[in-house]
Order: sequence, then C-alpha cells, then structure tokens
Amino acid sequence: MIQNRESLANKVSVGSKEAVVSIRNLKKSFGSKHVLSDINMDLFKGENLVVLGKSGTGKSVAIKCMVGLLTQESGSLKIFGKEVKDLSEEDLKSLRIKVGFLFQSAALYDSMSVEQNLEFPLTRVLKMTDKNEIRHRIEELLEGVGLLDAIDKMPSDLSGGMRKRVGLARTLIMKPEIMLYDEPTTGLDPITSREISELILEMQRKYHTSSVIITHDMACARITADRMLVMSNGEFMAEGNYEQLENGPNELVRSFFK
Amino acid sequence: MTDSPTIWTKHFAAAGDQMIFMGAFFRNIFRSGFEWNELIRQSYIIGYKSFSLVGITGFILGFVLTLQSEPTLKAFGAESFVPSMVAISVIREIGPVIIALICAGKISSSIGAELGSMKVSEQIDAMEVSGANPVQYLVVTRILASIIMIPLLTLMADALAMLGGFAASNISNEVNIQLYFSKAFSALGFADLIPAVSKTIFFGFAIGFVGCYKGYNSDRGTESVGVAANSAVVSASLWIIVLDAIAVQLTSVFAYN
Repeated sequence: MIQNRESLANKVSVGSKEAVVSIRNLKKSFGSKHVLSDINMDLFKGENLVVLGKSGTGKSVAIKCMVGLLTQESGSLKIFGKEVKDLSEEDLKSLRIKVGFLFQSAALYDSMSVEQNLEFPLTRVLKMTDKNEIRHRIEELLEGVGLLDAIDKMPSDLSGGMRKRVGLARTLIMKPEIMLYDEPTTGLDPITSREISELILEMQRKYHTSSVIITHDMACARITADRMLVMSNGEFMAEGNYEQLENGPNELVRSFFK
Repeated sequence: MTDSPTIWTKHFAAAGDQMIFMGAFFRNIFRSGFEWNELIRQSYIIGYKSFSLVGITGFILGFVLTLQSEPTLKAFGAESFVPSMVAISVIREIGPVIIALICAGKISSSIGAELGSMKVSEQIDAMEVSGANPVQYLVVTRILASIIMIPLLTLMADALAMLGGFAASNISNEVNIQLYFSKAFSALGFADLIPAVSKTIFFGFAIGFVGCYKGYNSDRGTESVGVAANSAVVSASLWIIVLDAIAVQLTSVFAYN
C-alpha cells in the first residue's frame, strides 16, 4: 500500500503554495457548545489536506462552513480570496459550482436513477440542454469511477462502496476546483475503503483538484494525504505529513496511528 | 411563569420561520427554470395515487349520510328531500373538509416523511451545495401539486358521494337515477359550488405547505422523520379546520346574503 501511495504521491506539486482556502480564527458554536474554538488553516492549490480527529471534534462543521451550509460566528473563511459569509446568494451559488462536496452518506437522490443523479446538477446548475453532451459527460464520469454498468440502477440497488463512487462522480461532474470529502471511507470494508481512497487520488490527478479529506481512517489518510492536520476540541493541535505525525512527540496524535 | 417568555419566543420564532419559508415558496414560483416535469410527477403521486382512497371515502360518505338521514326525513314525510340534503351537505361542507382531512393524513405526512428523510440523509444539503435550488425542485412542485390536485380529488369525491347517496336510496326504494340527480342538483347553485371549490385550493396549499415545512425543517436524527410526518398531519388538520371556519364565515357573509 505504501508503494502504491508513493507511486501516486508524485501526483501534484504543492510547490506553488497558492492558498485556495484560507481560514483564520474561525469560531462556531451550537447553543452553549463550542464546536470550533479557533481554527486556522490554509489549503494550497493542488494539495490533498487530510483532517484527522475523533468523532464530534468539529471536522465536518468546518467543511460545512466552507460551502455556506453553516455560518461561522466569527473569524475569516476565504475561498479563492472571497469571504464566504459576505457572498450574495448568486455569488455563493457560483462558488458552490467550484467546490465539490462528497457527503459521508454519499447523499444520492433516492427517487432518481444513477444517470438522473448525475444529470441533475448539469441541467439545473450548468443549464446544459444538449442530451448527447450530457450523456457523454455522465458516461465519462461513471467510467472513471468504474460504474458505467450501473447507469440505470436506482441508489437502493447499490452497495455502500458503489454509492460512494456514484456520489464522487456526481460531485466531479461539475468539474470543481476544490473537493471536500466528509469521511469518504466510513462504513466500508477495508478493501472497498482502499479502493475509494485510491479513486480519490486518481480523480485528483485527472481533474487537478485541491482537496480537504475529513477522516479518522488512517489507511485512507496514508494513501491520500500530502499534509495532515489533527483536530481536537475544536482546534488544530498538530500538522505534518503522515510520517512526521506518526513519529511525532504528541501522544494523542500518535494514538491515531496505533 | 418563568417559562412563559421562552414558550412565546419559541412560538413567535416558529411563526417567523414559517413566514420566511412561505416567502421562499412564493419567490421561487416565479424564478426561471420551473420544474414542470417534477410538478407533473408530484401531481401524479398526490392525485392519482390518492384516487382510490378518496373515491371510496367519498362514496361511503354519501352512502352513510343517506342511510342516516333517510329515516328522520321519512318521519316528517320529507323523504324526497334526501338527494338535495345530501348534495348540499356534501358539496358545501362535508366533502371538502373530510377529503382534506383524509389528504392531510395521506399526503401531508408523506411529504413530511419524504423531505424529512432527505434532510436526514443529507440529500437536501447535497442539492444546495451543488448550486441547485432545493426549494424550487422539492417545495414549489409539491405545494403546487397539492393546490391543483386537492380540489380535483374533492370534486371527484363529491361526485362519488352523490352516487353513494343514490345507491343507499336504492336499498329501501327503487329510485330513478335521473330523478335523483335532478332533485340533487336543483338544490345547488354556483353560490354553493364556487366557495366550496375555492376553499379546497386553500386546503391544498395548507396540506402541501405544512408537509414541506415540517419535512424540510426537520432535525437530523432518524426519529425526526417520524416527528415530521406526525406533526405535519396534526398541523395540516388544524389548518384545515381553521381555514374552514374562516371560509364558512366569509361565505355566509358574501355568498348567501
């Protein structure tokens, strides 16, 4: 698996250091519960940033703030240099086209077939009307995730791994520049989990996306991470690559790798 | 006493939320990219799939009403007024209200549960983050389909209730169908039909709106799907009763004077 990772790890240069997402002193509470205490992070163009942390530490809340599903209480959250909370409805819609979000559950639309799921954002958001072009784009994406045969199936006929693949295809069909993955391998067996992790890398190489991957699956982190942040109690407590964190001084961080 | 401000704040906040949601519905009706296909699909689900339930209810309504009222009218020698009485009571009041309550149970709960489960499984969030407009796709189509289909279902149920009344009359006496319907319709005028149909449009709005609001704003847990469905039925039924009281008052002032 390490070999596989190393071969794929030469994927993207992070050298340009152009921050596509920039977060400073971000705070978010639900009632009296402080979920994000003081978040600071940058996502650089072309990199895969893995955010590790125990369940309930605010990882998902952070990425939901990035797409405007949740609004921060204070602090700054800029994507492509624009403050998300200050965007108008139309600007937020334009931003969301550039930022793909893969939900933990894949969130496929139950009442639509796989093809209709992929067609939905093309016709509603990109306002595409050419049937042949739509079909071609859907087939290209489904082939990319290895599920062209499932084009006419309903989500209820798909396994957990297949749903994740279709969810990934539906997100990538908009050709986003940033991908946000919310626990992409949760609930999957180790083999499917590795396949999904490798697919994330493969899609990143193909579509040149910058990604934030929220996970507590170390195998997924090992395969996908260029850089990692460890979150605890609503703050980032450690940063580094996989090896640095694995052999670092912090006992809590090392406990993730055991 | 100390809890009162919190309770009132909660109620006002909920009322405000509903107003905002209603505003979003009206704004999105007129936005470009109207979902015609989804409107047709929802009309099919709401209308066609409620057809048998509403039809049977309507038929039995007329049947039972005739059986119950016939002996009483017979005692006064007013048996010939049965068709008129059934027609007026069913078309003016009982038909719209009973059918709306039946539809609140079937349609409002179904919309509440469907949107609630879409919320729990993050499908609504997925639509939103893709840049699509979930209110236009999910809410506008369902409410409009209810507004269109509830009056049609009520008219159909009214017609079947009249047929049920005729069937019940035929149990004890042999009644000519032409005579029965001639007697029934002679007692009816546009002043009966127009307010009755008009109020079913508002009932349709209440059924669709409450179902959508409860489902769309349900909590994240799976339990909240059941809560959304249940509270949709309760709230929609209450809305129907209140709207009916207002409609009857308005009708008695404007239509029958």
